[in-house]
Amino acid sequence: MTPDGRTQELIDMDPESSSELERQRQDPSGGDTPGTHRITGTATVPPPATIGTDPQAKPALSVKLEQLRAFYGNSEQVKGIDLEFRANEVTAIIGPSGCGKSTMVRCINRMHEEIPGARAEGRVLLEDFDVYDPSVDVVAVRRAVGMVFQKPNPFPTMSIFDNVAAGLRLSAKRGGDMRAKVEAALRSAGLWDEVADRLDSPGAGLSGGQQQRLCIARSLAVDPEVILMDEPCSALDPIATLKIEELIDQLKQRVTIVIVTHNMQQAARVADRTAFMLGGELVEIGPTQEIFTKPNDSRTEEYVTGKFG
Amino acid sequence: MSTHSASAAGPELGQLTRFAVSPARRRKDRFARGTILAGTVIALIPLVLIVYYLLRKGLGAWSTSFFTTDPTGNTFFGGSNIGGIKSAILGTIEIVALASAIAVPVGIGVAVWLVEYGKNSWFAQAVRFFVDVLTGVPSIVFGLFVYIVLVVGTGSTYAGYKGSIALSLLMLPVVIRSAEVILLLVPGALRESALALGAPRWRVIFNIVLPTALPGMITGVLLAVARAAGETAPLLFTAAATLKTNFNLGGFMNSLPVQIYKDVTSPTTAVVNRAWGAALTLVVMILLLNLIARLIARRSRLA
Repeated sequence: MTPDGRTQELIDMDPESSSELERQRQDPSGGDTPGTHRITGTATVPPPATIGTDPQAKPALSVKLEQLRAFYGNSEQVKGIDLEFRANEVTAIIGPSGCGKSTMVRCINRMHEEIPGARAEGRVLLEDFDVYDPSVDVVAVRRAVGMVFQKPNPFPTMSIFDNVAAGLRLSAKRGGDMRAKVEAALRSAGLWDEVADRLDSPGAGLSGGQQQRLCIARSLAVDPEVILMDEPCSALDPIATLKIEELIDQLKQRVTIVIVTHNMQQAARVADRTAFMLGGELVEIGPTQEIFTKPNDSRTEEYVTGKFG
Repeated sequence: MSTHSASAAGPELGQLTRFAVSPARRRKDRFARGTILAGTVIALIPLVLIVYYLLRKGLGAWSTSFFTTDPTGNTFFGGSNIGGIKSAILGTIEIVALASAIAVPVGIGVAVWLVEYGKNSWFAQAVRFFVDVLTGVPSIVFGLFVYIVLVVGTGSTYAGYKGSIALSLLMLPVVIRSAEVILLLVPGALRESALALGAPRWRVIFNIVLPTALPGMITGVLLAVARAAGETAPLLFTAAATLKTNFNLGGFMNSLPVQIYKDVTSPTTAVVNRAWGAALTLVVMILLLNLIARLIARRSRLA
């Protein structure tokens, strides 16, 4: 199913071998991936000149959870989930508060274990590379799997430029044209035109929506293959939300996106597939339209129609 | 209807008395307010008197030569030149600077460990407990400790750096606790987003946590410095007192608190007045440090 060698690129990237995958992703009509239909018209077709043409860009990776269990102390918050996030798709996770959505997503880049007393069991495969393998360098996993948080959190001591460059500098990926990389990341995040003339002003001075796009640019700058978004729009107004959603639709050309959301309209607008979670368990996953119109499970139907949650 | 009114005068009067402040409550209120005000005034009286006497007696001793000459040691004859406090000012600056150079890196290091690594482990809790104990230790105990270990213990004599060590022990718990509080104020979300970018933990600490906490930590450090600068006891039998200006921290070194201590016991009025002048100098130096600390704190993004 997955071509061999793609996981090897997590460690050592060969630009030649990715060219075919590149071309596949460039062609939106070559839809051999089932279930990638758009629900609404809000999504804009990406300008091909800016997205996905970077020859350095790595192909997006699929993420597969196998019997993933996550604990806080002795309380089990994620109870054995099997789930696949397909490469270059947007998968939304919906479910009531406290159902383990965020916890599950934080297991993918091993941020869950940063909380004292928290631990995870099971496997999380980036292609076929288990991020919980004892030999794995956590730092390398987090470079491959970016994360955008609920509250925009640019580094307060840093300028706009430094915020975007931070990922490169902090992960010691120096060298190359830093300015070009920052510009490319800001362009990909749709923020370049708004901040190009004030790159040296503090990142915290931007509006909430701009700050969140700055955070997206920050995570794009290290060139991840997967981006996790934990309710990225819940602190934003509708217009800023719309911009982020358009951005998500463009970014999936380049990365695999997992988005946790409380907003079911948002899931319907951006996601190719949607997963519904309840009480730490996966109830069902399917093409977004099916989840919202004819779900298999009665609990999903009750949730999406607003009967609980 | 009229069940609420105490009098038989009718419902209108009954409503009025129901909402009126009773004379007893008014009296209690006046008494409570008066007590608090009196307490505030009583607390201010010594403060105002200290500042008043410092200025009245201290300013009289101030002159250009007061700051530019060393004490001469001629203190028995009223008319003789007793000299100024230059060696004491420079000694205090040198001793406190070395004490800060020792206490600040160690203290911030301990605070970073407590917040970023130790967290709530039993060892971190033990460290916190002993730091708190250290905060409560009287300053003379630090002086005695250094005296026993470094002066008697080595069979040598007093030196400026030994005073610095005694002061650094005094500063250490203040620096650790203030830095820990500030580091805890750095939002966990900042650490998380830096970690999620694939930054190693030490880089997160150096590039994100410490710069964010810096203004607050400077405030804490300056307060510790101000406290150390005013201490007499740890210096009395570690750095001793001397007349000459000395830039060698290995030798005897004068300091403002010790100079004040020596001068104030002198039978000569001019020398006692020099103690007032030196005290005012010390207060002004510490006030300046506090002002700097406040200015920096105002620029802080956390406090």
